[in-house]
Amino acid sequence: MRSTTQGGAVVITGAWGSLGRRLVRRLHRRRSVIALDERPFPECPKDVEHHPIAFWRKRVRGILKSGHVDVVVHAAGAQDDRTTLDDRAANVAGLQHLFEHARDLGIPKVILLSSASVYGARAENPQLLSESAPLLGVGASGPLRTLTEIDMLAQSFLWKHPSVDTVVLRFVHLLGPIDNAASNYLRLGRVPTLLGFDPMIQVLHIDDAVEAVCLALVPGCRGVFNVAGPPPVPLSQSIARLGRTSVPVPHLLAKAALQRLWALGVVSYPGAELEHLRYVCMVDDAEARERLGFTPMNDLEATLRAVDEEGWP
Amino acid sequence: MDRSSALVRLVDLAAARASPIARRLIARARASAQEVVDRILGEDFDERVETVRAHYTGLGGDLFGLDAETVRSAARVCASFHRLYFRTEVHGVDDVPAGRVLLVANHSGQIPVDAAVIACTLLLDAKRPRIMRAMVDHWVGTLPFISTFFSRVGEVPGVPENAERLLERGEALLVFPEGIRGISKPFGQRYQLQEFTHGFVRLALRTDTPVVPVVVLGAEEQYLSIGTLPRLARALKMPVFPMIPQLLVPGGQLPLPTRYRVYFGEPMRLQGNAEDDATVAENAWLVRQAIHDGILRGLAERRAVFW
Repeated sequence: MRSTTQGGAVVITGAWGSLGRRLVRRLHRRRSVIALDERPFPECPKDVEHHPIAFWRKRVRGILKSGHVDVVVHAAGAQDDRTTLDDRAANVAGLQHLFEHARDLGIPKVILLSSASVYGARAENPQLLSESAPLLGVGASGPLRTLTEIDMLAQSFLWKHPSVDTVVLRFVHLLGPIDNAASNYLRLGRVPTLLGFDPMIQVLHIDDAVEAVCLALVPGCRGVFNVAGPPPVPLSQSIARLGRTSVPVPHLLAKAALQRLWALGVVSYPGAELEHLRYVCMVDDAEARERLGFTPMNDLEATLRAVDEEGWP
Repeated sequence: MDRSSALVRLVDLAAARASPIARRLIARARASAQEVVDRILGEDFDERVETVRAHYTGLGGDLFGLDAETVRSAARVCASFHRLYFRTEVHGVDDVPAGRVLLVANHSGQIPVDAAVIACTLLLDAKRPRIMRAMVDHWVGTLPFISTFFSRVGEVPGVPENAERLLERGEALLVFPEGIRGISKPFGQRYQLQEFTHGFVRLALRTDTPVVPVVVLGAEEQYLSIGTLPRLARALKMPVFPMIPQLLVPGGQLPLPTRYRVYFGEPMRLQGNAEDDATVAENAWLVRQAIHDGILRGLAERRAVFW
């Protein structure tokens, strides 16, 4: 199989995640793909080498060494799961090791899939944040905090090690038949919003995100890129376009309720995500459009509708 | 003409229920109500709003959340103040260049009615109607409803990046370089131009934007402030707390019906290096001087405050 593909292998961590899975399917016919994920991967294509281990395991170095690896795509960071402190430590330290392996083994490229939420939604934000804006998602707790730490790690690696082409892709809210905060939110029958607040939001179709990763695979391309989809709209409009009703809730009430529900384990967002319903956290994607040549294929309607698509259980 | 005006609708409702004998009287009332609405908004009001809507639709929507429908309703309220209450006299609005422009105005009147009047002028009195954009303080963004309303009528959070982005998109951006010092002057210091901040000059130089000096007369006399209470302001976390005796008189909460006069000056092309502080200060002085001269000229021409 490897003879029909060009170049070296692409290693994808978190390959069973919503982005990882789509990336594997997209790439496996063109390139040899090595999938890393401790979860079972029942739909894994036959020509993909699947290793059922987490990316932070010691064995990963051996896998990277034995294959002729061109790119490592770290898709395991962008998870919206409830993670414990141990998981977080493993995640962040694991990425550090992954980067070191890449440097030691001469792997030319590492791509981190991150999120624009790392900038944090704040009243002081400029309408569009550039890649050099400070990452203020750190103050948050839970998965967002892990992601911010990972993103910062990748950024420092980018500057410290010019031998590896590090790429950080910060996606705006990803929508699709997937299990993430933004899609789950829009899938609610009655969508809670914050009374008196209606920030502009940016959304991106999951397939367009996969396309952006493919563009970043080009050798020589390095840097941090904000990736956004169709032009922004007010949150209320995106809910209305999906034919759903929004239920405005006073901020203090919503915050208290969310914290209570989080403590009970009913919801998977500890509360920082609430700020996204209140303030803008939009990005300037000029870099991605110019240097990556990225243009979203899905318009606003298609991107929003994607949350209700087939494939969502 | 648009029938959704509350006044017209009320008369409509009355007409439907009135007896045939009263109908003729009501028809006459309706006609004169329409006349009043026309006089306030102008006959081409809807056309103007449509022009603005088409402009932003053509751009693929506004990045900052401007909404033509909210602009329409806000303009109805503001227009009645602009045309009926303050009877604003407008000079030179058609000399404002099309495309990106920085409007730099003197700031006065305790509450920013001057900004609303300039916005009305650009939307309702100019030959080519356009939306005036302005920047508001961060804390406004934390207030429910108000933050949403402001962003729908075109105001944006006061961050330098936002200003540049607006100008890149060819907008008309209003700046008050005096800031809070200007608007909260006591009555004794009326029409004394305060010190200018220099951010607008850097902005104009970096983006190569023409600057239009704007003079507003009449706002100074709308609220008579006898001074400020800095300690109380600090305790209430307000930027300033003016003492306005008229607020204690019933009906004194409304600004006094002074006559507003708005003068748009000759567009100025600032020259020089945006990073050089001396150049920036010199340019700021030039613009301030233009506004200062405009104020003196306007005051000399003005025969009375209220008409």
